[in-house]
Order: sequence, then C-alpha cells, then structure tokens
Amino acid sequence: MSPAGAEARPGAAGQWRNPLRDKKDKRLPRIAGPCAMVLFGVTGDLAHKKVVPAIYDLANRGLLPPTFSLVGFARRDWDHDAFAQVILDDIKEHSRTPFRQAIWERLADGLRFVQGTFDDEAGFNRLGETLDKLEAERGTGGNHVFYLAIPPKSFPVVCEQLHKSGLARPEEDRWSRVVIEKPFGHDLQSARELNHVVNSVFPEESVFRIDHYLGKETVQNILALRFANQLWDPIWNAHYVDHVQITMAEDIGLGGRGGYYDGIGAARDVIQNHLIQLLALTAMEEPVSFKPSALQAEKIKVLSATQLAEPLDETSSHGQYAAGWQGGEKVVGLLDEEGFSKESTTETFAAITLEVDTRRWAGVPFYLRTGKRLGRRVTEIALVFKRAPHLPFDATMTDELGANALVIRVQPDEGITLRFGSKVPGNAMEVRDVNMDFSYGSAFVEDSPEAYERLILDVLLGEPSLFPVNAEVELAWEILDPVLDQWAEIGKPDPYEAGTWGPKSAFDMLHRTGRDWRRP
Amino acid sequence: MIVDLLDTSTDAVNKKLSELREKAGVVTMGRVGTFIIKSDNVALLEESIEAANAASHEHPSRGLVVTTGNADVTEAQLDAQIRVGGDAGAGEIVVLRLSGPLADHANSVVTPFLLPDIPVVVWWPDAAPAVPAQDPLGQLAIRRITDATNCADPLAAIKSRLAGYTAGDTDLAWSRITYWRALLTSALDQKPHEQIDSALVSGLQNEPALDVLAGWLASRIDGPVRRAVGELKVELERKTETITLSRPQEGATATLSRTGKPDALVPLARRETRECLAEELRRLDADEIYFAALEGIEKVQYL
Repeated sequence: MSPAGAEARPGAAGQWRNPLRDKKDKRLPRIAGPCAMVLFGVTGDLAHKKVVPAIYDLANRGLLPPTFSLVGFARRDWDHDAFAQVILDDIKEHSRTPFRQAIWERLADGLRFVQGTFDDEAGFNRLGETLDKLEAERGTGGNHVFYLAIPPKSFPVVCEQLHKSGLARPEEDRWSRVVIEKPFGHDLQSARELNHVVNSVFPEESVFRIDHYLGKETVQNILALRFANQLWDPIWNAHYVDHVQITMAEDIGLGGRGGYYDGIGAARDVIQNHLIQLLALTAMEEPVSFKPSALQAEKIKVLSATQLAEPLDETSSHGQYAAGWQGGEKVVGLLDEEGFSKESTTETFAAITLEVDTRRWAGVPFYLRTGKRLGRRVTEIALVFKRAPHLPFDATMTDELGANALVIRVQPDEGITLRFGSKVPGNAMEVRDVNMDFSYGSAFVEDSPEAYERLILDVLLGEPSLFPVNAEVELAWEILDPVLDQWAEIGKPDPYEAGTWGPKSAFDMLHRTGRDWRRP
Repeated sequence: MIVDLLDTSTDAVNKKLSELREKAGVVTMGRVGTFIIKSDNVALLEESIEAANAASHEHPSRGLVVTTGNADVTEAQLDAQIRVGGDAGAGEIVVLRLSGPLADHANSVVTPFLLPDIPVVVWWPDAAPAVPAQDPLGQLAIRRITDATNCADPLAAIKSRLAGYTAGDTDLAWSRITYWRALLTSALDQKPHEQIDSALVSGLQNEPALDVLAGWLASRIDGPVRRAVGELKVELERKTETITLSRPQEGATATLSRTGKPDALVPLARRETRECLAEELRRLDADEIYFAALEGIEKVQYL
C-alpha cells in the first residue's frame, strides 16, 4: 500500500519525473519529503507510548526525512531541555528498536516546544513563528502535520485556532495534514458534526483518521490472504461459511480511566472502529487494485449493506464486569473502580449480530464481541464453516469433530490457524479436530514494525489507504446506533464475573441458533 | 548445540538432523529457504555465519556452509558439523568440509540437504566464480549473492560482475548503498525540478559500493558521471542547485547540502553485512536496476 518507487505524484509535482525513481527499484525505501509535525497532547499516554516511540523507530530505520522536526504544544511550563528529556524518556521506555545515540541526537536537533493552551491565540501565533523558523533554519519546506492526540471535545477549538492563525491554509507547494484519533464522535449525529468541524479547516484528503488496527501486519495480511491466493476464494462465502466470529478481548480493567470511558462503553470504544473495519476487510469483495480509492470503494460498499440482525434483544448482549479473580489476582467490579459512578450503566462488554446483505454473505451471521476483564487478551477473526452434509462415519467416530475453522489471529501469536478433522492415531477410525498453524512469529521472526510506525510514515508520505474515510466512519455509526439506543433504554448491563468470557446473555445469543462462541 | 561428524556421509548427517528434531525438539518447520555459504577463508567463514544468523531472524532458513578442507588428498572425505538452537540463529546450520576430489562436487553433497520446494540462495562472501549461475552451487540457487568488497581487487571484481551476470545475481556492494540512493532520490522529489546535468562520486579507491553507485547514476542520467578518489561524497549538479551527500569516512553522520538551503544532518553509518544480507533476501526476483547499474559502470569516467 505504499509501493516503493511511486510515479510522480499529481498536484504538487505536476509532471515531474524523478530520474532516480523507478518502479522496478523495489528495494528502495521511500523516504518522506521535508516536514514538521506538531503534536498536540504531547503529555498524554498516546504520545508517550505510541506516537513518540514510533517517530524514533522510523528515524532508526532511516525512513524519516533528514530535516524532520517535532514540535510539542502543551500548557506545561517547560523549557527546551525539559521537553527534550520527556521525549528521550518516551523513546528509552517504549521504542521498539534499540536506542542509538546518533539517531537521538539528529532527532533532538529538530525538537521544539511551544507553550500554550487551546483557547489562547497568542500560543498559536508562537506556534506559527516556531514553524516559520524551522522552515528557514532546518528546511522543513513549510509542510506540516498537525497531530491531534487530544480529546475530541477540543477538536473544534484547535481547528478554529489553526484556521485563524493561517497555519492550515492550503498553499502552493506545501501541504498541511491533520491526524485525528478515535473516538470519532459518539453516534452518527456527533460524528457528522465532528467531521464538519474538521473539514471546515482541512479538506477530506488532508484528514488522516487513525484506526491503528489497519496498521497491523496481520490485518493487512487479510487482504494478502484473500486476494493473493486462489485457495480460499471458492469457500469464502455463504455456501461454505456457517458464521463469522470477530473477537477483541482484553484482560485489563478500567481503573483510572473513568474520565475517558464512562459514558462511552465497549461498543463505541472498539466495535465502531476496529471490529467493523475487520468485518469490512473480511466481508468485502475484491478491489480491482490496491489504489486507496479502490479499497475504500469496496469497504464502503460492504458496510452500506451491513446492518444489525433483529430483534435486538435476542441478537445482542451488553455486560459490565463485576468483582472476580483475574489470573490469580482479586479484582473489583466496574462500579467500584476509581472514576466510575456507582450507578454507571457503561457497558464493558458488547456483543452484536450483523447481517451482510450481499449475495456472498446472505444468511451468514457475523458475531462481533469485545470486552474488558475477559479471560485473556486476544483478537481474532474466525470463519466457522458448515458441517459436511453427510458423514460416512459412525456417529461415535465423529463425536469429537467440530466445525472446520479458518482463524486469523490478529494478536497475540500473530498468524493463521486452520482447524480440520483428522484421524486419531490408533486402531479404530476416530476423527478429531487438529490445528494447522502458520505463525508470523516463526516464519518472519524479525520484529515487524509497530502499527503506529506504519501509519505515521503513511501520513508523511500522504498515502491514504490505511486510514478510514468519512463515509466509513459514518456508516459504522449508522450500523451501531440502533443497538446503542436500545441499550441506553434498557439501562443496566448484565453483570459478568471478571476473568470469564462475558455475561450469560452473550452465550444465549448464540445458543438460540444452535451455535457457540469460540474460546479463543 | 554443536554436533561434530568426522569422515561421514550425507545420509548419516541427515539421520542426525532427524534425530535432533525428534529428541531435542528442534523444529525444522516454517523455514522460508535454504541458504548456502561458500568460502574457503576460515576466518571470514565464522564472521559470515554470524551475519547469516542475524539475517535469519527475518528469513528463517536452513544454513549450509560449504568449505574446502584438504583438496590435495587422494581420498574423498566429508566432515560435517551440525549447529542447532542458540548457535544457529533462527534455523539450523550444517557445516560441510569437503576434502580430496569431493571438493569439486559441492552440489552433490548439498543436494540431500536442500529443504523441499522452497528457494535456495547462495552467498560467496569473498572469492566468487566468474559466472555464478554456471557454478555447480550457483545452479541450484534462485538468488546468487557475491561481495566485491572482500575480493582481492574490489574494482576489478565489481566490473566483472556484468560479464558474468544472470538474472538473480546481486552483490552486497549494491545493498550497501541503498540508503544513499534513497536519500538522493528523495531529495530529487523536491523542487527545483531539474534534470541532473552531471554527477561526482568520490571516496576510497577500494570501495566497490561507490563504483556501483556511480554506475547507477550513469544508468539514470544522460550527463557524465565521474568517479574520484578522495573524501566520501556524492554530488549531483543541476542548473540552479547542487545536491551533496557527504560523510567523514569513519563517521556515522552524513550531511545533505543543497544550494541555498540549510545543511541537514542525517545518520548514515556504513551498513553492516548482516543488514545487507537481510535486504538481499527480501526479494528473490531479478534486480534489473542492479543490472543497469553494472552496465552503467562502463560509462563512468574514472579520474
């Protein structure tokens, strides 16, 4: 999706053909052109743990432009050295690649800090001056990325300030891009308003929404698996697939995150973005090329045909974790967590059933579930196949035979599993399920880049394939809104013990149709 | 774990490998290739095995190291050493020392160990055959890697690669300069959008990476490309701007200068063999740009 050796890009470069670039030069890495990144929210978790380390790792791999500059914007009363120390600590603690002094020194040369608050025009003017100085002193080309690692309620004021100060104004030969993180609104209406606010300052092609799942190797591998191989094509449809389960489970709780999570819940936090993107990649038709527009067209097409199965009270489940024992530790329930009100109806577990009304998928339920304080941390997509219509074996021989499954293990133990029946060694003919595994971990032992490295690089290169567009975000809300309304009406979610796999209502949801959740 | 088998046969070595797989749980699944290293230089061999081990983390392979023992004895003899686990990176290594007439039949010794149905790569860390694809080991491989830098006459070596070239050949001198090329190419994406009128590549005389870099530039531009001995740098001369990428010979930080723009410092240390190897193994198809660069060396003006 970021092919090395791209042809001259239209717009900025016109018809310029770089004599040194050649599509056939497949080994040549693409280094982005000169630019500066302004990081709003540089004191937040996201910056410390993901954005800053990813920038360092990109520098270490030789992929950042030589004059790359990072400008932090925050309220703190830091001088340059204090800011540099914060960045250095982030790198030392969280980066993926080894620390090298030379790389750090080059990155440090381009660090700047601007003190200001979001509503303070003077702060943005100082930001403008800093960026101008960087352009003159380092040669950033006047190209800027504005990374909004801040809560969405601050987007309007920041976008407005960027607009007023002229920093976002489109100009000849320079680009301005904005990066925003989820949540993209909390329902369709608010998502539209948010998009409107952002688009009033940045045209859609300059907006990069981060869904970090799309930066993961295993998620990109879904496209490779489906469309590079002939093998799966005939069975990837309703003729052979009985149902699809998409699970994202975490074992951690929400202590200390009430400010962000209370009122949002598992469905808005995870299903609206990550799981619906996974569904889109699994269910879409093949794109005619890997051009961003071709991929987006297919994702939008399949999402526009997707909707909740009804009646909602039989096809969905929402839960809230109660006290229990998680991996040997006694833990409290959500209502006793710091930052949550005792009357909170925020769900920490959400499961829904979706139908995709296309010829390929009609009649195949897609079960999506996510939760906190579940059995273990795992994300997977499982295509569970129909059972053979006739088994020539005695019933006793195939007692233990389950359904065939193709499982994409997104994390941990990245890879793919194929489950099928095989003869149990011994005198009798007994058939039991076995797993055939492909592990990224053993076939590609080298550390693959972190999702954020991939995504930030694509922002700098202006490569939009791995970023959901407006239409995808809005379609996802359209799909989800009815069940969110339903749950808001019901109020209290079903409790489940921490460390288990969700409330009884989630299991009933599948039992009703004679199916069962996988224990991933 | 290291197991020595002296005066042995390929059958015995294979049996031992199976035994190690079953008894010690050494896995030989999930390999992406068989990697053969051929060299008679004992000192270089260990270094090369280390580099291959490091590269194997990205490309888990079975490693076969072929070296000549005593070529003058009348009796053919095979000595083998199996390394597995921590001593072998992400795969297993079989060192095969061929003595007597066996020394000329490396391919027959190696064939029973090639992993089924997956690519074979051969690397000659120093002296390489004139036409690698016609060499008995080279004939087994889809990718043949040479290294002009370690040859007795590096310049002659890199120049000879053209005559002996077959699609699938590559030289580590080429991957050594990948990031130099990436930086120069990226610099040309920016304005001013002008053609390159002429270029200069300068550095150590015995650095074939610079010769193939010059050859690459000669294959891409119409103007003259000069190769000089002196400080390490590449200059691209254009109508209104000269781009220079230079680095102190022993240093790790390069300077990218452009007329009228501030100098930029960029980390650009000399690339280690292990990284070059890992890059070579990422793609196994013909590198047409490398071939064009070899042809380009003929057009370079040596000062």
